[in-house]
Amino acid sequence: MWQILLNRFKQGYRTIPYPKSVPSFPKRYRGRPVDVKGEVNLGELLFNEEAPKGDFTYSQDHRLAVSKKEDLILKDNEIKLARALDEKTKRLFGRSLKLRQVCAGGCSGCEAELQVMNINVFDLGRFGIQFVASPRHADGLVITGPVTKNMELALKKTYEATPHPKIVIAVGSCAISGGPFRGSSEIRHGADQVVPVDLYIPGCPPHPLTILDGLLRVLDKLDKH
Amino acid sequence: MSFEKFYVHNGQSWPLEQVPVMDEASFRREILKSCETGGRLVNLFGYHAQDKNLYLCAVIGMDQEGKLSVFAARMPGGQVHFESLTPVLPQAHLFEREIAEQFGIIIQGHPWLKPVRSHQDYSFYEIRSEETHEVAVGPVHAGIIEPGHFRFQCHGEEILNLEIQLGWQHRGVEKMMAEISLERAMLVAESIAGDTVIGHGTAFCNIIEALSDTEVPLQAEMIRIIALELERLANHVGDMGALSTDIGFLPVSAYFGRLRGEFLNLSMELCGSRFGRSLCRPGGVLFSLGPEMIEDFRRRLLKAQKDFMEIAELFFSTSSVLSRLESTGRISRQTAEELGLVGPAARSCDLERDVRTDYAFGMFRFQHIPVSTVVSGDVYARALIRRLEAQRSIEFLLEALDQIPSGELLKKPSALKPSHMALSLVEGWRGEIAHVAITDAQSRLMRYKVKDPSFNNWIALSLAVRGAQISDFPLCNKSFNLSYAGHDL
Ligand code: SF4
Repeated sequence: MWQILLNRFKQGYRTIPYPKSVPSFPKRYRGRPVDVKGEVNLGELLFNEEAPKGDFTYSQDHRLAVSKKEDLILKDNEIKLARALDEKTKRLFGRSLKLRQVCAGGCSGCEAELQVMNINVFDLGRFGIQFVASPRHADGLVITGPVTKNMELALKKTYEATPHPKIVIAVGSCAISGGPFRGSSEIRHGADQVVPVDLYIPGCPPHPLTILDGLLRVLDKLDKH
Repeated sequence: MSFEKFYVHNGQSWPLEQVPVMDEASFRREILKSCETGGRLVNLFGYHAQDKNLYLCAVIGMDQEGKLSVFAARMPGGQVHFESLTPVLPQAHLFEREIAEQFGIIIQGHPWLKPVRSHQDYSFYEIRSEETHEVAVGPVHAGIIEPGHFRFQCHGEEILNLEIQLGWQHRGVEKMMAEISLERAMLVAESIAGDTVIGHGTAFCNIIEALSDTEVPLQAEMIRIIALELERLANHVGDMGALSTDIGFLPVSAYFGRLRGEFLNLSMELCGSRFGRSLCRPGGVLFSLGPEMIEDFRRRLLKAQKDFMEIAELFFSTSSVLSRLESTGRISRQTAEELGLVGPAARSCDLERDVRTDYAFGMFRFQHIPVSTVVSGDVYARALIRRLEAQRSIEFLLEALDQIPSGELLKKPSALKPSHMALSLVEGWRGEIAHVAITDAQSRLMRYKVKDPSFNNWIALSLAVRGAQISDFPLCNKSFNLSYAGHDL
């Protein structure tokens, strides 16, 4: 018992003050592309080191979430980040958003980053957002993976089991475009080929703060902090 | 018919024609004989050669001697039948099911030839009795985890049988690898299992390097294994956190969870990705580990080491934790051996199997990490093995940071050799990762075979919960923490 208390004391308080302040990312972190020549599709980009080929450079900016598929195409340094939900939906979900996660293929990298949002460092719960065990308890779905043929039916059923109104969030380049598996005959190419999507969060996988930024953005919670 | 054994090294390539080819009956006999004399099935897979014939190929590992032998059988045309090895060699069970599914071969006498990744025409095993009941979960689970379907046949709380149906994550990885450019294939290899990016990434690089006779700079080899051990640490520590959550020991679960992040963040310092993406590339690595970063890593690792020791001590000295873990989900050494388990799942059953030692690759040829084993084979053993391995990995990293060779980071590989086969084994954090590639006469990859350690180990979970209480399942499941994506490909 004393050991546990002593350890608790030693471990201290670990939750980061995001979004009040944004922790700095390491130099090699690959965030939003800037200095774009031509265009970059954030939904297809795997954020790998060799991708730019002189057409853009990676910045340290972790904010990447957009509301519309066409906003994924970056033409210059501007990005049209996701907008807040309309007033009515915001009234419903603004203080409490329950999400059901569906892994529909992919490599599990995106799940790992979603999982991490529950730990004390990010502490998703303090924003009123929670992952729940059943679609029946959920206000929305978070989908990862390109939607494999084997998962298509399960995804549709989960979507149908979620009561209206609901929001759907596609996390990771797989769920947006098929990601690294683009071209495979075993997959659909992204969640929006199966269900309508309201928020796209690019990355392979997106950093937990990228996901958090997206969620807080649609709930209009960013400037309140 | 006898033939001369053909031995290969880990990370080597050889002309396809050197592989001894025999008829099906001798092939079968050879596998059984090798496995009776200390061998283990590292891989068993089919491929279509350019002569349009179907071949089966076996890779046998003689772990004690550190030798790998390779041989193949040419299958006759038309509908192919193959007499199942499984009744006498249980570790062949999933390999045979996979071959049946991929090539339409009829495996005669296989005890349960059900699909591996396809879901067509399949009805689940069922016990019909008024006293038993069935519990089915998945593919969409309650937590944030990958999809799989679990069917329990229960008598009261007791599990009589657990059937695990996978394949939901099937993305067609092997097929893709032979269709896309090597640049893209590298990115797919990094996405075979998202928590094993370095493991599978290194295996893929080794294959390409072997097929192109590329000598990887020592500095790059060193950075790769540093990243590999960081990956092991992040996952082992994360798993201990997950076990704590399941037991309900929440403070410790939170500390382990945070600590896992420290290792992921080191990986992000190194290559910009918390999971090691973009680090390994054929011919070397894309990022250096300079003096400043080495100092920073050392400082952070020492801190993490201290934290880890304290938290692990707290975990393992709490009697309620021990009583929950001990004797739960036990696998005997004999079962582990028969099933061909690998990685920590095998080492926690007192089987000394570790690719880092048995078939040393990369920098492990010069640097050694002692193999840990635990005897009891239960959840406790699988937790303890992670603690031991994590400790050794941190110690290893602290030493390795002092010994990073200088020189180049990357040596661009030249073209692949035509009609060659290559093998690469890597000890990922879950165990033995095995990649095999075959090039055609035009030097293109014509067959790429991936085996994630989960492929060997999933069956162990079914057996671990047999006779246990339903409530033991989550704990047993976490104690293996197997990959769905790596299995489903
Ligand atoms: S987007 Fe990348 S990290 Fe996420 S599931 Fe797909 S391959 Fe894995």
